[in-house]
Amino acid sequence: MKRLSIHLLWLSTVALTLSGCAMQPPQAWEKGNFARKEMTMDADALDQAFTQHVYFSKESASGGTGVGGGGCGCN
Amino acid sequence: MPLQAPNSRRFRLLLTLVLAAGFALSARAIEVGNVAPAFTLKSARGNVDSATLKGKIVYVDFWASWCVPCKQSFPWMNEMQAKYGERGFEVVAINVDAKQADADKFLVQIPAKFQVAFDAAGDTPKKFGVKAMPSAVIVGADGRVLHVHAGFRDGDKVALEAAIVAALDGLKKR
Repeated sequence: MKRLSIHLLWLSTVALTLSGCAMQPPQAWEKGNFARKEMTMDADALDQAFTQHVYFSKESASGGTGVGGGGCGCN
Repeated sequence: MPLQAPNSRRFRLLLTLVLAAGFALSARAIEVGNVAPAFTLKSARGNVDSATLKGKIVYVDFWASWCVPCKQSFPWMNEMQAKYGERGFEVVAINVDAKQADADKFLVQIPAKFQVAFDAAGDTPKKFGVKAMPSAVIVGADGRVLHVHAGFRDGDKVALEAAIVAALDGLKKR
């Protein structure tokens, strides 16, 4: 009996884990919400520019957000 | 008793079942030569029924208001409808917006001089196995798929028009 319940526990764990991967992603015509402005990484351009400025002036970091260049210390 | 893994036969069976369920759910994309799925959809002017379009070369376009390349495709589709309409060419643009108000807003900005149908439920794109937005399917007079195209770029116009002309030339010979 105990053996059976452990088996069941195993099976249900495996089934749940695998079915998690089997979930259907949204179809091409269902991506309306993804296309909204709020869903972009830099929804607020001013905020994004400010963050980049802080990174640049405090950490001398530039680039990595779609712009070429890196921390060469030459600017 | 130590916690032990289930025997491998049962495990494999389970794995197969779960994976099979996953594959069964994914819709297959339509291919050239397939019979195009039938549809009856609401439009601004009554219903659009695929059965009434038999005998024509139909350009079925799937679009949405949030789809940026769709904005580029509309003026081109207007042009194609004006140029080849007399020869038995018909553009049917199927909107897949969840809210029709979004589609109406788009149509005010970019007017369509061809048939526009609405499918908020998404049944038609599912039947056609649409994989990208926009997607275009050219359906021949016999209801079979002649050409499938995903996306829309300026560079695609030449090839798409060539496919339309080829389809219309085929229509004349019959």
